[in-house]
Amino acid sequence: MNILNLLIQHSPALIVAVPLFGAFLTPLISRVNEKVRNIFAIFVLALTGVFVLLLSSDVIPNGPRVYIFGAKDHTIPVLRILFEVDGMSIFMAIVSVILALVAVIYSWSFMKENSGLDKYYTLLLLLTASMLGLELTGDIFNFFVFLEITCISSCALIAFWVHEGEAVEAAFKYIVVSAIGALFVLFAIALLYGQYDALNIATLASVIQYTFLDKIALVLLVVVLGMKAGLVPMHMWLPDSYGRAPPSATIIIIGATQASLYGVFRVCFTLYGGIFRDMTLSSVSVGWIIVILGLITVLVGVIMALIQIDFRRLIAYSAVAEIGYIFLGIGVGLVVLGDPTMLDVGKTAMQGGVFHIINDALDVSLLFLVAGAVYYATKENSLNRMGGLARNMKYTTVFFLIGLLAVAGMPPMNGFASKLLIYESVYRINPILSIIAILCSILLLAIFVKVFHSAFLGPKLPRFKDVKEVPKSMLLAMGVIASLIIIFGIFPQIVLSNIVQPAADSLINYGDYIRQIVSSFSGGV
Amino acid sequence: MIFNIPFIAVVAMVFIGLYAVLFKRNLIKIVIGISIIESGVNLFLITLGYREGGVAPIYTSLPAGTNYPEGMVLPVPQALTLTSIVIGVAVLALMLSLVMYIYRHYGTLDVRKIRRLRE
Repeated sequence: MNILNLLIQHSPALIVAVPLFGAFLTPLISRVNEKVRNIFAIFVLALTGVFVLLLSSDVIPNGPRVYIFGAKDHTIPVLRILFEVDGMSIFMAIVSVILALVAVIYSWSFMKENSGLDKYYTLLLLLTASMLGLELTGDIFNFFVFLEITCISSCALIAFWVHEGEAVEAAFKYIVVSAIGALFVLFAIALLYGQYDALNIATLASVIQYTFLDKIALVLLVVVLGMKAGLVPMHMWLPDSYGRAPPSATIIIIGATQASLYGVFRVCFTLYGGIFRDMTLSSVSVGWIIVILGLITVLVGVIMALIQIDFRRLIAYSAVAEIGYIFLGIGVGLVVLGDPTMLDVGKTAMQGGVFHIINDALDVSLLFLVAGAVYYATKENSLNRMGGLARNMKYTTVFFLIGLLAVAGMPPMNGFASKLLIYESVYRINPILSIIAILCSILLLAIFVKVFHSAFLGPKLPRFKDVKEVPKSMLLAMGVIASLIIIFGIFPQIVLSNIVQPAADSLINYGDYIRQIVSSFSGGV
Repeated sequence: MIFNIPFIAVVAMVFIGLYAVLFKRNLIKIVIGISIIESGVNLFLITLGYREGGVAPIYTSLPAGTNYPEGMVLPVPQALTLTSIVIGVAVLALMLSLVMYIYRHYGTLDVRKIRRLRE
């Protein structure tokens, strides 16, 4: 029992340290044997998953937990790097670990014929470590550092198929956009540090004044993190990078995108949460901006997905649309944040938005994995040249059907559960927004039915007569996600009450997060 | 500080960098632009921690007669800047290697000709 407590106490550090250490051990281990390396990568991520589960078993019932690096107790915490884990952080960590684990299992057969796989696994683990760090850290400069590591490692993964000119082009686009973005995050951090002499998110939140400089910092942070999450009109890098990275890496990059999304929430609800609570006007205006941008994101994503002929690029645009739904839910939560009469609407909206994060991650990754499986079997990207694959790839077809229904928000799947919450709450704010959101969802269904028809149905093509079902590890990875989708769809209440509700509550009751740190200050210094 | 010159320099550098990224057609020049923005931001961090006539914040070797801690410059922004410089080097190296690969594939560094992705 004692050991368990010790592990829980140190798990915030271990969650980041284990994959980071594993990343740098991977090149060494791949000297031994390829199989050993693959098992090692899976083992490292499984171990990380165990720590995440241990930590969540403590954080969800008992509230935020602080981990101070280099100190046993709260001695001069101002100077230390802190990790602070609350319901939202641990929720995001669970999503990231699931995605990373699935990606590594999928890579086993999918990337088999590539060379330089030791670097691939190193980057994969590095990206996982950095996005977990992004989600757990309580220090805003530390946040910037992890953001840059995410940027570097995902850029290298996007360009992994370096023999394709398009992949390198997409990677360059991504790194230009995110390097400039990260520098502006650093600028915003410097603006905050210069005024308040603190780098800790909770400390900053407790003293922030909402001066003119704070407004500039808010704009910079929300714009940059929104851009890294793929918010229209700053989404142009996303379809390129999602469409060109190896699909097994794409699903971890989805996790990294959502870690930036988490950054937006942290900024809006914790860092500026107190101000938004007191000054309803600014929370309403920021909330409306996010709602409108979210809706435009949905629209643009769906419309652009309509005209794509490249399988993975089409899925990437639908991923843009899904991100829009999350912003829609969170924006509504922000609009009604200061209004006590609308509290239940806000809560529903936030729950819908947060629940949609995990659903979006699962649905879109399943589709990418299917697209990867199709590419693996046929070496074909364009939908125009596919057809009749259902005859040769039975399981993949079933998985695609599940992903299709989930991403369009059809009832038995998980997408329905969260989208319904979002529609409900958006309807209370403005019915028209809700109608547009539902229409886009239907369009999404139409698009994917078209894809299903052109890729999987139809007569058997002579070119594809030797196409076989993909290897077992890829089927296993797709099967894991598909079964999660179905379980979440049939029993949404389990997920909602166990992990989504604590996450949404921790965003709304931002005070707990701040109190945890600020109280330790007065005791320690 | 004289007329806030460092802050004016910061703004100038950020805007020069942004100009290069937005309007230059050569990939290498875009990379240089990003590098200039980075230097601007680093300068901003350093300027925040600067005190006129301050000494290096090393407790064990303070010059005689220094007021403690008012006479020292702030150490935290310097630590931040060092981290930021290290990250900047990594990003720069990655960007330049990508530029190299783009040149191999496309035979040009002109952004107008590198747009195979645009459909």
